[in-house]
Amino acid sequence: MTEYILLLVSAIFVNNILLARYLGNCPFLGVSKSMDTAVGMGMAVIFVTTLAGVITWVVQFYLLDPFGLGYLRTIAFILVIAALVQFVEMFLQKSVPGLYRALGIFLPLITTNCAVLGVALININEKYDFMKTLVFSFASAVGFALALVLFAGIRERFALMKVPKPFEGTPLGLITAGLLSMSFLGFAGLVK
Amino acid sequence: MSLATEFTKGLWKEIPPFRLVLGLCPTLAVTTAAKNGIGMGLATTFVLVCSNILVSLLRKFIPSKVRIASYIVIIASFVVIVELAMQAYFYSLYQILGIFIPLIVVNCIVLGRAEAFASKNSVVYSVADGLGMGLGFTASLTVLGSIRELLGAGNLFGAHVLWSSFEPFTFMVKAPGAFVCLGFLLGFMNIIGTKK
Repeated sequence: MTEYILLLVSAIFVNNILLARYLGNCPFLGVSKSMDTAVGMGMAVIFVTTLAGVITWVVQFYLLDPFGLGYLRTIAFILVIAALVQFVEMFLQKSVPGLYRALGIFLPLITTNCAVLGVALININEKYDFMKTLVFSFASAVGFALALVLFAGIRERFALMKVPKPFEGTPLGLITAGLLSMSFLGFAGLVK
Repeated sequence: MSLATEFTKGLWKEIPPFRLVLGLCPTLAVTTAAKNGIGMGLATTFVLVCSNILVSLLRKFIPSKVRIASYIVIIASFVVIVELAMQAYFYSLYQILGIFIPLIVVNCIVLGRAEAFASKNSVVYSVADGLGMGLGFTASLTVLGSIRELLGAGNLFGAHVLWSSFEPFTFMVKAPGAFVCLGFLLGFMNIIGTKK
């Protein structure tokens, strides 16, 4: 049990997928302008990453490995993710319209979110078993959502500030992300 | 529209990842040293040029409804080629770049150029566009890598260049340094850009 909790804490705080592993930066800067979109995107990412992590793990160990097709991993994974996103979108539209309206526009964007593919690949590279894959995928996505929401909170504040013209928008966003990342460095050493 | 302008727009006017804020993940992650920046940049350039050629050749045959999925399959195929080639010939670089090689698949620059340019233009122009964008990306990564390597370790391309009592600025090679450094570079590029 302890190792799962350690994995959870490590993936959310210590090795935060956005701020320490640099994955998923495009949506991080793209959709963090307001709190609502950040929460929506965060939820969509948690949902898809967890599912994708588990499914790609099954694909790797029950489909690719037995047939010696390991070199097709990248293609197989991206197809699984693209199909999954499409499927989740259709399923939500039919059965949970409320959630679909909330996540709607963020779902298609997730296919090219490198955090999803990144987590799937890390699961395989680290040789996690099924339970660890589940925990790690979920925790990484929660870490992503946490960083995104925190960052959106900060960005909403400085939308009102006077900023030197050349630094408006993305440059200041990146520097802020750097400071946020620095504060997350404070968690280093908490868990190995 | 001339070939030269299609090629050079990627080198300054629309240079990724500065002008087009796409493909940030590899930009931030692998630029701890100048050499890694070049390796990552060239790998991306290869994928970009090849996928632009194929997308442009097939642009009349791919139905528009499944175009994005088709582009992703095309890009993923070239990424696998790069991955296997690097594993065979540049193993140490392959280990440093790690999962960021397979992640070229989801680099928005590659998909973005396929969708925005190659799917609408002839093969020759698409090659010029891919090559320009790719080399612009490589140059950006190399510059960022050099700055971080110089300040973070006092080295340049692995050779020690600063004075011997130089205290390395470890912050630069860690995650926050990447964000801050890229932010400042972007800001300075905007200053130069608006002066004209």
